Amino acid sequence: MTNASTIAAISTPAGSGGIAVIRVSGKDAFGYVSRIFVPKKKDLQLTEKEANSVVFGSVVTDKGETIDDVLVTLFRSPHSFTGEDTIEISCHGSVFIQQQILKLLLKQGCELARPGEFSQRAFLNGKMDLSQAEAVADLIASTSAASHRMALSQMRGNFSNELTLIREKLLNFVSLIELELDFNEEDVEFADRKELNLLAKEIEEKISKLADSFNLGNVLKNGIPVALVGETNVGKSTLLNLFLNEEKAIVSDIHGTTRDVIEDSVNINGVMFRFIDTAGIRETKDKIENLGIERTYKKIEQASIILWLIDSTQVSEHIEWLTERIAKRAVGKKVILVFNKIDKIDEEEYKVLDELFDQFDAERIYISAKERINTEELETALLKAAQIPELQATDVVVNNVRHYEALTKAQTSIQRVIDGLENNISHDFLSQDIRECMHFLGEITGQISTDEILGNIFSKFCIGK
Amino acid sequence: MRINTYSYVTLCYKSYLNMNFKYDVIVVGAGHAGNEAACAAANLGSNTLLVTMDMNKVGQMSCNPAVGGIAKGQIVREIDALGGQMGIITDRSAIQFRMLNRSKGPAMWSPRSQSDRMQFIQEWIKTLTGTPNLHIWQDTVTGLTIENGQVSGVKTLLGITFRAKCVVLTNGTFLNGLMHIGKTQIAGGRCSEPSSYGIAEQLKEHGFTVERMKTGTPMRIDGRSIDFSKMTEQVGEDDFHKFSFLEDVKRELKQMSCWITYTNEETHEELRKGLPESPLYNGQIQSIGPRYCPSIETKIVTFTDKTAHQLFLEPEGVDSQEYYVNGFSSSLPYQVQIAAIQTVPGLEKAELFRPGYAIEYDFFDPTQLNHTLETKRIKNLFFAGQINGTTGYEEAGGQGLIAGINAHINCHGGTSFVLGRDEAYIGVLIDDLVTKGVDEPYRMFTSRAEYRIILRQDDADMRLTEKAYRLGLATDVRFGLHKTKKEEQNKLIDFLNNYSIKPAQINPFLQSKESSELKHGCKLSDLILRPQFGINELAEAMPALKEKIEQIESRKEEIVESVEVVMKYAGYIEREKMIADKLQRLEHIQLRGKVDYNSIHTISTEARQKLTKIDPETIGQASRIPGISPSDVNILLVLLGR
Repeated sequence: MTNASTIAAISTPAGSGGIAVIRVSGKDAFGYVSRIFVPKKKDLQLTEKEANSVVFGSVVTDKGETIDDVLVTLFRSPHSFTGEDTIEISCHGSVFIQQQILKLLLKQGCELARPGEFSQRAFLNGKMDLSQAEAVADLIASTSAASHRMALSQMRGNFSNELTLIREKLLNFVSLIELELDFNEEDVEFADRKELNLLAKEIEEKISKLADSFNLGNVLKNGIPVALVGETNVGKSTLLNLFLNEEKAIVSDIHGTTRDVIEDSVNINGVMFRFIDTAGIRETKDKIENLGIERTYKKIEQASIILWLIDSTQVSEHIEWLTERIAKRAVGKKVILVFNKIDKIDEEEYKVLDELFDQFDAERIYISAKERINTEELETALLKAAQIPELQATDVVVNNVRHYEALTKAQTSIQRVIDGLENNISHDFLSQDIRECMHFLGEITGQISTDEILGNIFSKFCIGK
Repeated sequence: MRINTYSYVTLCYKSYLNMNFKYDVIVVGAGHAGNEAACAAANLGSNTLLVTMDMNKVGQMSCNPAVGGIAKGQIVREIDALGGQMGIITDRSAIQFRMLNRSKGPAMWSPRSQSDRMQFIQEWIKTLTGTPNLHIWQDTVTGLTIENGQVSGVKTLLGITFRAKCVVLTNGTFLNGLMHIGKTQIAGGRCSEPSSYGIAEQLKEHGFTVERMKTGTPMRIDGRSIDFSKMTEQVGEDDFHKFSFLEDVKRELKQMSCWITYTNEETHEELRKGLPESPLYNGQIQSIGPRYCPSIETKIVTFTDKTAHQLFLEPEGVDSQEYYVNGFSSSLPYQVQIAAIQTVPGLEKAELFRPGYAIEYDFFDPTQLNHTLETKRIKNLFFAGQINGTTGYEEAGGQGLIAGINAHINCHGGTSFVLGRDEAYIGVLIDDLVTKGVDEPYRMFTSRAEYRIILRQDDADMRLTEKAYRLGLATDVRFGLHKTKKEEQNKLIDFLNNYSIKPAQINPFLQSKESSELKHGCKLSDLILRPQFGINELAEAMPALKEKIEQIESRKEEIVESVEVVMKYAGYIEREKMIADKLQRLEHIQLRGKVDYNSIHTISTEARQKLTKIDPETIGQASRIPGISPSDVNILLVLLGR
């Protein structure tokens, strides 16, 4: 009843390319497509063709005009991505052709798919669980090799497997606790505190590991935040533009041109970096500019890598003032000192520069953003600073806020269980926290029912006087 | 008017017997469920008939002579708080009382009594025959009269038709009961008691799903043949705890001990020899038995590495030599049972009164019931007790009470009476039955309850008595006692919350209890939170508190204990209440009749079938159906426009 409609959409990116794919899903997919599609083999009936086959033919209007020669791939319910009857029409990539075919489909009765509707249907039809459905969206949007691997791993269910493992451990733990509560009068051996403690800690470690991976997951998904800081007019925007290959930041010689924070992501050798251009830091009475500078400080705090850009030609007298301000906010972050406009200074000036920053412990790169000197070296330095662990397609990394929240809540509950065990709190009170832990994990991995707990107890312990 | 033979009988005898053949409520079966149902309906004012096959066996304890235990004891306290009888009868027939799980938190404390079996029946006879509006007829019900999808009475073996607005069936194991002792099979509902036929068949014709279950009971031994010196004695406790809230109900009988002994390899060898003749292992018994109450043969087969199994010898009564061998349930041939038990220390010369046996019986899939225990198919027909696939006197009693109350309500109007999962174990029990069904005899465990810290035995009256009073089931006396307890409790709590204490006053005491000393003054209530001591110990060091406690006129110990529980564990109790309130949201979203499950293709076929079968009343109930996933619930919420 909810999915009575048949939906269609262009599934390849907007714009023209070599070919494009239009996907049609729903109970009338075969019927609708057969009305606009003429197979090359005249006697072939699309609606009767077996699943997973590809048919060549053309798309024609109701007036008999041919729009394009296409290939249609047939999927029959439930063996399709959405779980419904599905047809994928591969046509030539012109925007016009794509639009014409889609229009024809809509005319037949298809509805234009809302964003994410194919995945939603796949979820509703039980083709994937929520974490997998979310991974599909991430997979499509993945912008780096690592985030692609991460999404792939999640969609394949590695994440679910990891959770299943935790779930099993938790089930065993709960069974031991409940055993002692409900079957205290029975002649069975109860787990001692040490054993319970060990089990609880194991669970905690597993959950923590997953929760901790969120930071990495987040970085992989959204890019590693890199703040570009420095005084005004040292060439921050020029450097950013160099990375971005487009004129996004306003570049000019007027001090304080970038009054706001500009962000964009760049893929360098498969790693996503999110560059944050900031307003130049200087002492000013301009209120608006000061606001921009305030934001810059905030951005420094949020970044994990700081590119401190220095104009080699005119190291300002404020350098100490500046060092203090930046260093204060850069604790625990990777700082790279980037000396710009290196093409404009001589050996002597170079030496002075080096001495000036002698006490400042950070990697130094000498470049010219404008002349593109040594920019590759900067890229290498960035990659080194990123320190992204090599990710395999089977590694489990949490990248979803919903999962992360559930995991951290579960972590808090299990921590309370551990504390309770240490303080010798009666197990009936512990069970409140254990149940909470099960509940939060259940949100991403399915619930543990009391019947399951009792079943586990009865299978392992001889109950019944 | 339609004339038939039954009404002829009715007409003939009506003038001679001072007996009416028309009732508001008829209860079939006088076991633990039936008796509660009959008393509840009659006490609420329904003209009630209780039909039993044998008046001298009302409230018979077919298995062990004990009431209560973990989670079960809580149910009895609830039955009592609601104005039911089981607690009263148990106290009056108790020959041993213990509060189990004392070493755990108060949610786990569970009262348990050994009862004198004969006295238990005597007390029930006294109660039933002393209840106004309650009539008893000894006969066997062979069928129901059903008109227009509504029950209208029962027919008996004596050829009588009794008419009633509501009928409560509590047939226990008597529906097509079949006992097994080795290869010997005897039809019957209990040892030397006949089965009952006809009802299950009739209801099957009306579309009810009838299935079979198995349970068992151990041998009974002649106490004169037992050498107790080789066993460990377990004596009872005798403090203020008991089942009934009423002050005039007391333990009056002589208190007795239970005895503990163990099986050994030799025992297991004897049992193993008999396995080929075991009905459980030769295919004679097909139906499912309870996993938590396995027969001794099942234990040795399933847990081969266990070299000894504990046995409890429970006395059957003050004037009886009969001992119940808890832990030795068996359906092996009697010769094997004797040979095996005589290898057990203290039982070398054991003489049996009767061997153990297994029994198979019919039960009705309880998902065919509403939360009121009225059947979905036939109006005004209620099922309670073992007929619903449960085991245990307590579980039966709880259901009987709810069925009796709702049968009365169906006769006289009013809102149906249902208890929530956060209100009572009885609520958990019935919701589990009607929502999940049963695949083995259902027994209550505290782990089945989401809110066990709220569902404590010490505050059953706080949770339920006012409800029962409004209903008319709790008497003025009971409600008065409850109100007094509550007032006294509050007075003491107020005192503790407001009484300030200085370090110098209390530090010597704290030091003696190895509790950290005070640096600043605090309220007494802050000290109660400490785990090292309780209110009574504190009172010894605090004359003002002691005096305050002395002022409590009655039930002093009980009130102090309940205050201590409420204060010490306030954090946990509050937290659980919060969770319960949060989940209540789903319990209030009505679902029944709003969705045609068969048209939702977005959920699995299994989920569709389950939802159609159970027809849950609320989203909350739907979420508890096994096989309904959280995403199914989300889909239902979406369909309801939430």
